[in-house]
Amino acid sequence: MHSDAFDRYHHKHSFIHRLDPRIKMVITIAFIVSNALLPDGAWIAFALAWLFVLAANAFSQLGIGFTFHRSFIAFPFALAAITVLFSIPGKPVTSFQFLMWNFTITDAGLLRFVSIVIRSWLSVQMAILLVAVTEFPKIIHALTHLRVPAIITMIISFLYRYLFVLTNEVVRLLRARQARSAASAGQKSGGSLQWRARIAGHMAGQLFLRSYERSDRIYNAMLSRGYKGELMTIHPHHYHASDWLICALSLLGMIIMQLTGRL
Amino acid sequence: MLYSPAPLHIPDGFLSFIVSAICWAISAMVLSVAISRTNKSLGEKQVPLMGVMAAFIFAAQMINFPVAGGTSGHLLGGALAAIVLGPWPAMVVMTAVIAVQSLLFQDGGLLVMGATILNMGLITSVIGYGLYRAVFGRSRRVKLVVAGFAAWLSVMAGALATALQLWLSGTSNLQTVTLTMLGVHALIGIGEALITVAALTFILQTRPGLIGEGSAAARGGRGWALAGIALSLMVVLLSPFASANPDGLERVATDLGFINRGQSAVYNILPDYTLPILGQTPLSTIMAGVIGMLVVLAFALLAGRSLQKKS
Repeated sequence: MHSDAFDRYHHKHSFIHRLDPRIKMVITIAFIVSNALLPDGAWIAFALAWLFVLAANAFSQLGIGFTFHRSFIAFPFALAAITVLFSIPGKPVTSFQFLMWNFTITDAGLLRFVSIVIRSWLSVQMAILLVAVTEFPKIIHALTHLRVPAIITMIISFLYRYLFVLTNEVVRLLRARQARSAASAGQKSGGSLQWRARIAGHMAGQLFLRSYERSDRIYNAMLSRGYKGELMTIHPHHYHASDWLICALSLLGMIIMQLTGRL
Repeated sequence: MLYSPAPLHIPDGFLSFIVSAICWAISAMVLSVAISRTNKSLGEKQVPLMGVMAAFIFAAQMINFPVAGGTSGHLLGGALAAIVLGPWPAMVVMTAVIAVQSLLFQDGGLLVMGATILNMGLITSVIGYGLYRAVFGRSRRVKLVVAGFAAWLSVMAGALATALQLWLSGTSNLQTVTLTMLGVHALIGIGEALITVAALTFILQTRPGLIGEGSAAARGGRGWALAGIALSLMVVLLSPFASANPDGLERVATDLGFINRGQSAVYNILPDYTLPILGQTPLSTIMAGVIGMLVVLAFALLAGRSLQKKS
């Protein structure tokens, strides 16, 4: 497995890439909050929000459809919202029969469903763009400056650092299991479901012990280098005038979205 | 790609702002206690241990096993983390895992992350550890069986909480979302229970000192047992209410100002799930729920016994 298998960063030389990570984090959160606050059926505001996403895509030199292609990750969850199609009272739009039940889609239900899916679709695109234009350690560092407790951000940066190491450990465990899971032709193999689950559980236990011991080693190594409960970093952050300008413009854009959505 | 998204991660847009904010507030409060407690018990070792353990949960979620028809089961890890690390550290670890899943993989939204942390990190830790803590001093078999049941129930509790949040946000119909969420997770939970029990069996066999009584992980007081049992009872009582008799809950939510548009029932998936002797009362649905839980517990006991024999 390649060491950047988990990395979502796409290196380019755009001004969005150069933007201060704190500002990018603030804009992303503000955009998602703004979407959540838009009322149902605020089509013009939704369109403005989409333009905002497209502009951010274009300015980041990743291609205007970059986040669009990756934005379907949240779609399966739309199933959870499907019931509002039928359950909100309103004018019937269409109805159909499925097995023994009669379903009637109402206009109010349709409006609500489409609004929920659009909000989610726009929000997830912004989150995708954030990790594509910002290195993950910088995001974590920005969170520290945005008053997320240092313990949490330090643990997250550790998680990120050892994710690849432990994933490789899992890959080895899985490969070892596969190598020993031979089946003769035409015969059922693999044991019962319970047996398979138990093997997976043993592997998880094994992984736990290896991780636990590794964390001990890591701690000792850190102690030997003078660790005193705090991680030292050299990430100088300076806000530039352009950072503030872009932050202000983006927030202004969101205020306009809110106004058009509510008027 | 090895990484497989779990169905409890709510994307942004599916919870209303107010529900997200309330969940964030609850999660932040509990987490601040959790952070100070782990800091006290682990000191400067906290960061490397918790960080690597978070990576462990993340990696352990990739260990899958074939179930049927091309689907596979895998671990969610909340209960296992709580039992092997202790409840407060498990909350911190699960939060870090959820934060990375959401930030890096967009598996779960940012504004709704407070809700995801509550459902998958905090509730699962309290139930997972609390029920396990309640049987300290009993035989290993009892502990393992209870651990399996706790793992199953913790998944169910997370599913129920998710369903309730979706409904309070006006995203789903209460009855349908509860029935589907609980139905799907009843199966996912069985996988969770089997893996958790097997992992614990393995750890108890190879390194018994690590998670036994008196170890660092088992420092939680008896209060945890009470909290775990109380929360489990809430899940057991609330599930049949929400899925079979949603009117009462809807009225409460409307009174509290959560939902202003009344949603009618879509259809009745199940004929009312009540006990004939008691008639159509809430008591009857609750009893039906309790009996259902007992059946599952009995199933878990049997499964545990056969596991014990083989290993």
